Amino acid sequence: MATAEGHQEHPLAIYFWIWGLLFVLSGFSYAVDYFQFEGALRWTLILLFMFLKAGFIVGIFMHMAWERLALIYAIMVPPLCLLVFIALMAIEGDYTFLARLVAFGPAAEIAAAHH
Amino acid sequence: MTQETLAAATAAAVPVGNQGVVADISSDRQAFEVPWGKAMMWIFLLSDTFIFSCFLIGYMTVRITSTVPWPNPSEVFALSLGGEPIPLILIAIMTFVLITSSGTMALAVNFGYRKNKKLTVMLMMATALLGATFVGMQAFEWTKLIVEEGVRPWANPMGAPQFGAAFFMITGFHGMHVSAGVIYLSVIAYRVGTGYYDRHRGGNYEMVEIAGLYWHFVDLVWVFIFAFFYLW
Repeated sequence: MATAEGHQEHPLAIYFWIWGLLFVLSGFSYAVDYFQFEGALRWTLILLFMFLKAGFIVGIFMHMAWERLALIYAIMVPPLCLLVFIALMAIEGDYTFLARLVAFGPAAEIAAAHH
Repeated sequence: MTQETLAAATAAAVPVGNQGVVADISSDRQAFEVPWGKAMMWIFLLSDTFIFSCFLIGYMTVRITSTVPWPNPSEVFALSLGGEPIPLILIAIMTFVLITSSGTMALAVNFGYRKNKKLTVMLMMATALLGATFVGMQAFEWTKLIVEEGVRPWANPMGAPQFGAAFFMITGFHGMHVSAGVIYLSVIAYRVGTGYYDRHRGGNYEMVEIAGLYWHFVDLVWVFIFAFFYLW
């Protein structure tokens, strides 16, 4: 079975490189918290390192980079729907938060005292 | 055309790229030109992605809508080593352990295809051991939070009451997946070691790669949990 069914035999070096890279990225992620980055920079860095790590794990360790395009599309496209879900829940969440402040916050007590 | 020449012509003419996508899913043929075990494991992992995403998006929602401040994970998960509390140190070690286990698993898959049974088994057992270590550390974390910090799914002394529910649900499901993976890897490693895949699969070590896909997925989920729950 030389190259049957598309399984790959890569030289080991690439796995060690990616392994090391994952450690470095994890170190950076940890540093974001340790050095107490705040605000938009914090979130951007957290997301950046997260997606880089995820990309290397899926692409190299899980061999996705060498798979047939039909399989890549079948697996990678559906999770994009999750971005829609996240957006919907974030928008609704914001509304719920503000609604709670209005209904249960100090303004609500003042309004109730007037009735 | 005879069956043999038809199969040979089909195998030789499989296109790549977008034309390959069209060819793969059209007409009266098998959808993916990959072994069915690998394709099905990918599809299972896709479904599991949606399950974990539901939990993480649920966590996002309760955190956004909470009028009570959310506990600060850097403080909650700090450990005092020799005086000063070090933020997230146990979590950093757990991440290190899981990434190392992914590395050993990738090597195991590679050696499996090279038919090196001894190294494959040793690397798979190392992966399983690292996974078990991870679960042990997570169990320690749970114990500390439940017993010492008084965190419950419905309340905790540090802030928003939903913190416990989100934490236990997300890390619990993940820890369960890691535990199942440790057992799964042990079974496959045992089979590799006793020559099962020589006797029953004609020397094909695909099952190691398929187990590897599951294990890398477990690491992948941790990458997201680490970022969204502990760092955010």
